[in-house]
Amino acid sequence: MKERKYHHYFRTLLTIVAAASLSGCSWALFDSKGEIGIQERNLILTAIGLMLLVVIPAIVMTVMFAWRYRASNKDATYAPDWAHSYKIEAVVWGVPILIVAILAVVTWKTTHSLDPYKPIESDVKPLQVEVVSLNWKWLFIYPEQGIATVNELAFPENTPVTFHITSDTVMNTFSVPQLGGMVYAMAGQRTQLNLIANEPGEYFGQSGNYSGNGFSAMRFKAHVGSSEAFDSWVAKAKASSDTLDFDGFKVLAKPGEMVNHRYPIHPVTYYSQVQPGLFKQVIDQYVVGINSNKTLSAAAPVEVGVEKE
Amino acid sequence: MSAIETPNKPIHTAHGEGHGHHHDAGEIKLFGMWVYLMTDCILFACLFASYVVLKDATAGGVTGKDIFELPFVLVETFVLLFSSITSGLATVAMHRGDKAEVMKWLKFTFLLGAVFVGMEVYEFHHLIAEGHGPSHSAFLSAFFTLVGTHGLHVTAGLLWMLVLMHQINTRGLNDTNKSRLNLLALFWHFLDVVWICVFTVVYLMGVL
Amino acid sequence: MFGKLTLDAIPFHEPIIFYTVCVVAILGAAIVAAITYFKSWGYLWREWLTSVDHKKIGIMYIIVALVMLVRGFADAIMMRTHLAMSHGDNAGILPPEHYDQVFTAHGVIMLIFVAMPLISGLMNIVVPLQIGARDVAFPFLNSLSFWLFLAGVVLVNISLAVGEFAQTGWVAYPPLSGLQYSPGVGVDYYIWSIQISGLGSLLTGVNFVVTILKMRTPGMTLMKMPIFTWTAFCSNILICGAFPILTAALALLSLDRYLDFHFFTNELGGNPMMYVNLFWAWGHPEVYILILPAFGVFSEVAATFSRKPLFGYTSMVIATMAIAFLSFVVWLHHFFTMGSGANVNAFFGIATMIIAVPTGVKIFTWLFTMYRGRLEINSMTLYTLGFLITFSIGGMAGVLMAVPGADFLLHNSLFLVAHFHTVIIGGAVFGYLVGITYWFPKATGFKLNDKLGKYAFWFWIVGFYVAFSPMYVLGFMGMTRRLNHYDNPDWTIWMQIAVVGVALIAVGVAFIVAQLVVSFIQRKKNIDVTGDPWDGRTLEWSIPSPPPFYNFAVLPRGDKLDAFHEQKRGGLPAPSTVYEPIHMPKNTGMAVIMSAFATVLGFALIWHIWWLAIIGFVGAVATFIIRTYDYDIDFYVQPDEIARIEQAHLQKATQA
Repeated sequence: MKERKYHHYFRTLLTIVAAASLSGCSWALFDSKGEIGIQERNLILTAIGLMLLVVIPAIVMTVMFAWRYRASNKDATYAPDWAHSYKIEAVVWGVPILIVAILAVVTWKTTHSLDPYKPIESDVKPLQVEVVSLNWKWLFIYPEQGIATVNELAFPENTPVTFHITSDTVMNTFSVPQLGGMVYAMAGQRTQLNLIANEPGEYFGQSGNYSGNGFSAMRFKAHVGSSEAFDSWVAKAKASSDTLDFDGFKVLAKPGEMVNHRYPIHPVTYYSQVQPGLFKQVIDQYVVGINSNKTLSAAAPVEVGVEKE
Repeated sequence: MSAIETPNKPIHTAHGEGHGHHHDAGEIKLFGMWVYLMTDCILFACLFASYVVLKDATAGGVTGKDIFELPFVLVETFVLLFSSITSGLATVAMHRGDKAEVMKWLKFTFLLGAVFVGMEVYEFHHLIAEGHGPSHSAFLSAFFTLVGTHGLHVTAGLLWMLVLMHQINTRGLNDTNKSRLNLLALFWHFLDVVWICVFTVVYLMGVL
Repeated sequence: MFGKLTLDAIPFHEPIIFYTVCVVAILGAAIVAAITYFKSWGYLWREWLTSVDHKKIGIMYIIVALVMLVRGFADAIMMRTHLAMSHGDNAGILPPEHYDQVFTAHGVIMLIFVAMPLISGLMNIVVPLQIGARDVAFPFLNSLSFWLFLAGVVLVNISLAVGEFAQTGWVAYPPLSGLQYSPGVGVDYYIWSIQISGLGSLLTGVNFVVTILKMRTPGMTLMKMPIFTWTAFCSNILICGAFPILTAALALLSLDRYLDFHFFTNELGGNPMMYVNLFWAWGHPEVYILILPAFGVFSEVAATFSRKPLFGYTSMVIATMAIAFLSFVVWLHHFFTMGSGANVNAFFGIATMIIAVPTGVKIFTWLFTMYRGRLEINSMTLYTLGFLITFSIGGMAGVLMAVPGADFLLHNSLFLVAHFHTVIIGGAVFGYLVGITYWFPKATGFKLNDKLGKYAFWFWIVGFYVAFSPMYVLGFMGMTRRLNHYDNPDWTIWMQIAVVGVALIAVGVAFIVAQLVVSFIQRKKNIDVTGDPWDGRTLEWSIPSPPPFYNFAVLPRGDKLDAFHEQKRGGLPAPSTVYEPIHMPKNTGMAVIMSAFATVLGFALIWHIWWLAIIGFVGAVATFIIRTYDYDIDFYVQPDEIARIEQAHLQKATQA
């Protein structure tokens, strides 16, 4: 609770600064709408607070010492040979060690509790979403619902979402800043990210890792609403006349083209049906080589990290 | 490469105590060679690391077990080890100041080194001809790169040896040439050590 | 015949690039014409290009670095201008394929072709003088290092006029930098310019490690070395440890691109993550290679102008070595988001924040150096104070991102961009500017105009905060780096504020240029006749400015810390009139020729002109072999000549 109060104060302060610059801005990372994001934001504030314990004295001492011991101030003590003091050196080593030790404990704990692979504790069964980064758009497959979309995400509030992430091109990073952290999308690999949204809303998503000329077009919206709203969104996708199989995927995967010196964002597209196992097939393309003399099924996708299924 | 050499007589009356006194050019060069070899060591460490990471990334193609011929590589290994002995003998002869002996052992060393490189080229050619070239899988890429980088080092050593033999022949065993021979011998032994690692990590562990 | 090279490679259709190239070509022609007109080619060749004198090589490094700083800064201006405009329907001033080259070139140039040569330059000028040596251990190798670095500079600048530069970001992660996704020559320019100049850096590293360990003056033990030499020593050990990794990573990438290998491809078992690991196993030590010598400069300047010895010398040395060691075990913090397990991430996170301990110790050590001192306020101490504040903030941002949980939000955001600019500008760049100002009289014989230096400082520091504070904000707003277009209207205002900051920095850069020009014109007024313009403490101030080519007529004693200060306190002994012959290396043009062949080799490889590549390679190797047949590479300076040179200096000093 104390942290929340602190956060509130901090946000007020930031809002003033922002208002002063004539912009009604939103500080996405401090305006977290998901449990993971809130914890990560609080971690940022805690770490900054801890470090300010050293940084503020350092800055104050810089100004004070420079003023006090300026050459023209003949009143100040001058000790032309003084270069050593066990007491001071013990303090300048001791204080940083102490603070880093505290920070290390915080780090060890939060790195485990905020591990992107760790399932979020909840009574609700997590929603599965398969994410494929393409040049330059995002494909989201909902295997349980049997639908897929391009550049649009939707999921119900207070429902954990497990994103399984891969790439059919270069590296990207799947990121929805207001909900929490990000994880790389890499061809032939499946990474994982668990997020949850606590409030309904429309959150921006992007790629956090430069992936070529059309990188700026890798933007999407994540719609979070009630479970009814999610159901009707699924129904809307189901009503689409488009379906997606592997051949269709390869067509979709072709890079977007430049229009007027810009790569336009790929329009939101819905697919009412997805070929089962498409996500795995996308990964498997890179796991077994084209000149392979073994069958596709012989190789398991390369897993990164500690994914548990 | 040149280094500052101090004149034989002392520059300074206080010269020669513990730290900071001046060393002769040969010693500085030798130390420089050691530092260089350490950096080379790191280069090889990266290639070894890449090989270990990609060892199983055969993309469904051949593995080490399928393509390595241990007896052939064993012969290659002994050729290189033996060349290290002959290069050592060249150094011993150099300390005796016996130019003819130095030349003799250098020729032996060169011959053995050339045989080693020849055998490696044969092995590579054979693998590529069989359809196991470096572009067929990450494993093969890493294998060719690691072994090939060592081979390139040996080839560079051979070129160096050739030049040095010519210099010793024409200018005799002067201080500069002696110092160069020392550096070359050090380089040559280093390549031997690296090869032992290659033999163990790539061939032995690949086959066993 | 010419591989991939055709006339299309010259960007006639890109007005910005084309006019830039034209202006550069005209300027270049004017310089060549001027040199020819004043008949200076012979002088340049004999006294500078073929010189193996560490002081002259150092000056050449710094001149090239400053020129490249202007180019890298021009890239920064373009980026900031573009992003201030490029939102909503406005496409900005640069098309994506051009913008993406600009930010890649900016990173590569600033790190490899500005920061590295500034360090090499300062080390070259200062280290042998501080340790009482007459040159570096391997003077020819030193010359070769410089010229290989210049080959890289030439290649990176040719990429502007012929072909393109990489569009991958300065890290060039595969598979984006692989042949499939970057089929052009841009990445090849990237690879060969860095590879060739990196070889030069590696040789510099070997050279200075040997120099510092083997060439110190009598009496100077390791713990009596001046602190700048200590930081340079650690930095060079890092170079020896880290640059081979870069060489390997780039070599593997080129094998992928040239010979269809599969180290980092998506297909056939390639593993791009391995490149990322190798790259940062070099990249993280690299940032400490850049910052440690700057720390050394601040230490020297803080002590000299506080009129006190450095506080806690031993702590400082230990802290420097600790940072050097730790820099090799933290590389994974550049990619916490790659899906490593929590244990691995936590280990690297904690290892990273441990670096904050020795760094914090250093900050307080500088503070207590000023404590009870008589701090003279000039441009150098102002930069030092600015550094202490700025670096504390930047360091805090860095430790914050070492916490994996926080990094998941901040990774690759503009917060990161703001962080590393804070530490690199506030730390490294300020340090080099101070270093140049501090040792300028030693290298040239006259001081820089301090008033203009102070103006430059104020524009730099204010401009820096105006330019980069918005980026911290934008990072918190979730803006990711390397975007060439965005449509969030909230971001625009901050981007526009950043442009103002860049404009202020531009004024700062202009003041530095003006400072150099004005100081040169007024060099008679600012002349340093004593060789000791700052009441310095270390041995480089005990000899004339600029020093004679043999540096020390008689080798000094180094038994005490602040050796020269101790000598002055005891009353300087009458200069010796009895000299021994001094052994010095002869100048040689072989390094220039080798590097010319290396440039040809690099260019030919970039454009797949194989016959030319063979000429370049064989030429470089043959030149080196020819050099080994030259046994007459050194000479003795005779006592009467030393006496004449020393006498002339004494006369000048007494006349003033």
